[in-house]
Amino acid sequence: MQTVQPILLVEDDNIDAMTVKRALKDLKVTNQLVRTTNGELALGYLRDDSRPKPCLILLDLNMPKMNGIEFLKVAKDEQILKRIPVVVLTTSGEQRDLVDSYKLSVAGYMLKSVDYKNFLETIRIVDLYWTLSQMPELAEDGKSPPGLCESDKDAENVPALADNE
Amino acid sequence: MEKHKPILLVDDDDIDAMAVERAMRDLKITNQLIRANDGEQAIDYLRNRNNRTPCLILLDLNMPRMNGIEFLKAAKNDDDLKMIPVVVLTTSHEQRDIVESFELSVAGYMVKSADYAEFSEIIRMIDLYWTQCKTPDQIVRPENSRAGNFDYAKAGGPIRR
Repeated sequence: MQTVQPILLVEDDNIDAMTVKRALKDLKVTNQLVRTTNGELALGYLRDDSRPKPCLILLDLNMPKMNGIEFLKVAKDEQILKRIPVVVLTTSGEQRDLVDSYKLSVAGYMLKSVDYKNFLETIRIVDLYWTLSQMPELAEDGKSPPGLCESDKDAENVPALADNE
Repeated sequence: MEKHKPILLVDDDDIDAMAVERAMRDLKITNQLIRANDGEQAIDYLRNRNNRTPCLILLDLNMPRMNGIEFLKAAKNDDDLKMIPVVVLTTSHEQRDIVESFELSVAGYMVKSADYAEFSEIIRMIDLYWTQCKTPDQIVRPENSRAGNFDYAKAGGPIRR
């Protein structure tokens, strides 16, 4: 990505989260990865103005408490949050999930591959595409939002922040 | 990208439309390219059941009659059309346009380059990304449907009304 904003991963599975982290590292993507384990925690993170808003959200669908579709319903109904592109990253190829996701304005829907090389290729394409795309400012008044810099401390307290490796 | 479905280009500029066509040919992207000159023509195309639903819409912003933002307001308010991914392809770097586009659910915002090699790279990346992406009817397409000729309305499918 062009920006220094973090990428928000909403994923309950630790192994999958580690795989994303590993792929970003292998691809030398320098954006910080912030992880929350369900939609509710993701909303909590996104609504907290002391935390940097992500440039991109990678969203799993099947999660406890608040799943991906429920998360999209809320996030895409909020003025600022709706601007952030959401790419679904799931093992579900079910028609219903695809339709619901696209109706809720996702900007991509990628199937997770169990094969790491294929998974890496998916993340590589996501990174290249969103590096080329312009990104919207996320402050209401057009000014830079607080914490738009890459300070690591901002996300240290995020629940279930991926801390492998 | 689903090769049997067209790409809809909404752009009033002939030179720009030719550049898209040329880049697709050079990149061997075989999807048919359908062009509408403004948002209104695009809406007319999309609402006509005899037309094939595109897998992707490439949208210019500055156009006469109905511009790109107005098109998005109409398309994203339509339960069927809202599912088709729209990628903005424009010369405008303006933050206001970028923000408005994302608030209207675009799935990418690419600034056109006057340099053909750079422009071609943008088209290549769009193709690569949307080839990797799953989209709804890619998965439900019945085995016996003829490519590009499937009647979604009859099948109660998601795209056409």
